[in-house]
Amino acid sequence: MEFDALLLSRLQFAFTIGFHIIFPAFTIGLASFLAVLEGLWLTTKKPVFRNLYLFWVKIFALSFGMGVVSGVVMSYQFGTNWSVFSAQVGSVIGPLLGYEVLTAFFLEASFLGIMLFGWKKVGEKLHFFSTCTVAVGTLISAFWILAANSWMQTPQGFAHAADGTMIATDFAQVIFNPSLPSRFAHMVLAAFLTTAMVVAGASAFALLTKKAIAESRTALRMSVLMMALVAPLQVVVGHESGVVAHEYQPAKVAAMEGWWETKAQQPTLLFGWPDQDAETTHAAIGIPGMGSWIVAGDADAVVKGLDAFAPEDRPPVWITFWAFRVMVGMGFLMVGLGLWGAAVWLLKRLDTATLYHRALVLAAPAGFIAVLAGWISAEVGRQPWVVYGVLRTADAVSPVPAGSVATSLIFFMVVYAIVFSAGALYILRLISKGPDTDEDPPKQTSEPPGSPLGTGVKSAATKEG
Amino acid sequence: MLGSDLATIWAFLIATAVFLYAALDGFDLGVGILFPFAKDRHERDQMQAAIAPVWDGNETWLVLGGGGLFAAFPKAYGALMPAFYLPIFLMLLALIFRGVAFEFRHHGRKSGKKWWTVAFSAGSIVAAAAQGMVLGAFIQGVNVVDGEFVGGPLDWLTPFTLLVSAALVAGYALLGAAWLVYKTQGELFERARAWVKQLALIVALAMGAVSLGTLGVDPRVTYRWGLTMTSIDWGTFIYVAPLPIAAGTLCFLLWRGADLRQHLQPYLYSVLLFLVGYIGLAISLWPYIVPFAMTPAEAAAADNALALLLWGAIPMLPIILGYTAYVYWLFRAKVSDEATYH
Ligand code: HDD
Ligand code: HEM
Ligand code: HEM
Repeated sequence: MEFDALLLSRLQFAFTIGFHIIFPAFTIGLASFLAVLEGLWLTTKKPVFRNLYLFWVKIFALSFGMGVVSGVVMSYQFGTNWSVFSAQVGSVIGPLLGYEVLTAFFLEASFLGIMLFGWKKVGEKLHFFSTCTVAVGTLISAFWILAANSWMQTPQGFAHAADGTMIATDFAQVIFNPSLPSRFAHMVLAAFLTTAMVVAGASAFALLTKKAIAESRTALRMSVLMMALVAPLQVVVGHESGVVAHEYQPAKVAAMEGWWETKAQQPTLLFGWPDQDAETTHAAIGIPGMGSWIVAGDADAVVKGLDAFAPEDRPPVWITFWAFRVMVGMGFLMVGLGLWGAAVWLLKRLDTATLYHRALVLAAPAGFIAVLAGWISAEVGRQPWVVYGVLRTADAVSPVPAGSVATSLIFFMVVYAIVFSAGALYILRLISKGPDTDEDPPKQTSEPPGSPLGTGVKSAATKEG
Repeated sequence: MLGSDLATIWAFLIATAVFLYAALDGFDLGVGILFPFAKDRHERDQMQAAIAPVWDGNETWLVLGGGGLFAAFPKAYGALMPAFYLPIFLMLLALIFRGVAFEFRHHGRKSGKKWWTVAFSAGSIVAAAAQGMVLGAFIQGVNVVDGEFVGGPLDWLTPFTLLVSAALVAGYALLGAAWLVYKTQGELFERARAWVKQLALIVALAMGAVSLGTLGVDPRVTYRWGLTMTSIDWGTFIYVAPLPIAAGTLCFLLWRGADLRQHLQPYLYSVLLFLVGYIGLAISLWPYIVPFAMTPAEAAAADNALALLLWGAIPMLPIILGYTAYVYWLFRAKVSDEATYH
């Protein structure tokens, strides 16, 4: 493997977008969660909702800040590292990104100011309106960027101009391309699930350590409800994504499933070790026929394997295969935790099920893992194309020397490591402190009286009125 | 509408976005640049509180500038960004630090807080300096053949870009100081007034130096201004002479405004000063979008893309300006003494 500008730019793009997506995946869901909390506070006037709002908004502020700065990096990287791509497709997806700035980024950024700094300054209604606006802004933003990405996955409605660049022949077709509906639904649900897992984990942790009991019970119910309803839905939507991908990007699905031969009765592999050189999947354990049945609705349907594509048109199989399995594994984990939660809830033991609480704490990062794995399988699976079937990644890279890219990549890694560690530390500190509460501080804690943590809880409890 | 008209409109819109960026994010970067000169932690908290609710909206103009260039002039974007690879990357890194520092400063404990204070201020200084380098390199012109950048990774680095960079740091500091005059009271207000006075002088000198430097960049620029090293073509120069005169007047007004304890005026004067400099630059570089290599019409996206974008921009820009103004109005009060968070 040669560390040329192409490979380095790919690594840099994968690293920086992988870093960025962690935050949208969380803030999109959290913004909606906050809007719901504030709406409940305004209608019921129960202090638990206000306390929860004021708690999660701090975590939101930290995550949103990191999302913004890493997003600004992304918007310049198209030019610095993929200038040929930019010049080629600018006339097609440029307007989509332009609309994202005009309809979403300004909205989010401006009303964020009111949301974070207006609690005591502006009226309740205006504050609630601002929270809702930020939440809607994150969804609009996701729509446009996913429209751009989906067009790159399943391009249509374009032609080549005389100078070789691409132009749109029909923007409605560009925006509403075949993979947009399922990708948008899948990503928004992914964001909601990611948030639900974090909120559930944090609330379960608070219950295990006996902090802010009323608040944590409420938040736990809200997140378990979300999990139980949305996780199964996500499996259905994910399946739909797979059907769309099979129709338009069969090589990707073959790589996700580890199919090398075109045949009927394709299996669904539970385990396997794809080997690109030997063109086979070692140690494959699977259910025969189920693969054909899933993507084509018929176990006897003949489904394309990687042998239907020239070796230079095949994506890296091992990464695509395993990333897909990690995502699906996390999906079923969430379904399981949702069912478990619903069951103990029905048995009225949700607040005392410590084993379940422990499981939730452990599973808190599951959403992030699934989102990263999902994107990796979608993006690596689309290789070697950057615009599927039209423009190869290798032909899209900027004419910059490898030295420049190596320098920037190393600095990005160092800086993101610092920023991420600090951000994670501050968020975890907030979570371990738990929400403020109007109840008396718990009598029996394992903390000695006067410990920093104890005083922290007390001073926090008296601070907000 | 003709394609070339659309390209001109978009060149104008993007220029406007970049100007708004400088006028708005300029002051909050400027506040960060002035951080080291504050008296103590309490003063720095107040300085940050003076910009915290609005900085994110301000920075979005940079995203619109970059995203707009990508959308409306993909070929210019594709030619310029690789040419400025290193300074842009430096700017992005710096913006990361100062952006997260807004939140992180409040969450850090002792040493963490110190570190994020330094990161905020260093991030602001480096971001401003890097933007100055990009601006200088842009004025200087880019080595483009067949629409592709063909120069080396350090082409942008010349004494001229360093001069522009220093001037922009001073200019942002002036905006920041003037903003603090508007937003603060008491001791910090007095200190900010003194900063404005000093910076008005420094910026006047820096603008003069950059203007002279720009004349030396390309014969087309000197010709445009009616100036050469040895003679002045009064017939041409008379039309552009109001600009330096306006700049001088504004620097004086700024100085006097600070002296007379005016509140909002110094900031407005400093924005006008930026505008004057900006118009001067436009006169020098017109009609290039990649100086001396590409015009807007040559770099533009397809007509239907420009038209679609314009249909979005016509309603959205006034709405954006409207709610931005509303947010500024909501937070118009001077920062109170116990500058608080949330
Ligand atoms: C599914 C959603 C999603 C995806 C795939 C992306 N983003 Fe993002 N982005 C958001 C969802 C989002 C958001 C929810 O709107 C953000 C996240 C941080 C934040 O918390 O707001 C945001 C912030 C954000 C910002 C800062 C906006 C501001 O100043 O307020 C920029 C410039 C970008 N993004 C650009 C990009 C680019 C160029 C991407 C692709 C390569 C990208 N984002 C992928
Ligand atoms: C937000 C979640 C996303 C993640 C985690 C992600 C991840 C990745 C990864 C891992 C690659 C590298 C594949 C490889 O080189 O083998 C890649 C490539 C790429 N992606 Fe994405 N992607 C995301 C969204 C997007 C979006 C929204 C766009 C465009 C609008 C985009 C544009 C690209 C481009 C241009 C490449 C080619 C460069 C490359 O190969 O590295 N991606 N992405
Ligand atoms: C078990 C059920 C799931 C199935 C069958 C499934 C299926 C898929 C498929 C086929 C793709 C590729 C789509 C394409 O490339 O066009 C995909 C992508 C993705 N998945 Fe899943 N998924 C499941 C669960 C999840 C979960 C639980 C999450 C996150 C919480 C998630 C997050 C993502 C993301 C972020 C992407 C990339 C964006 C996209 O292409 O849609 N998935 N999924």
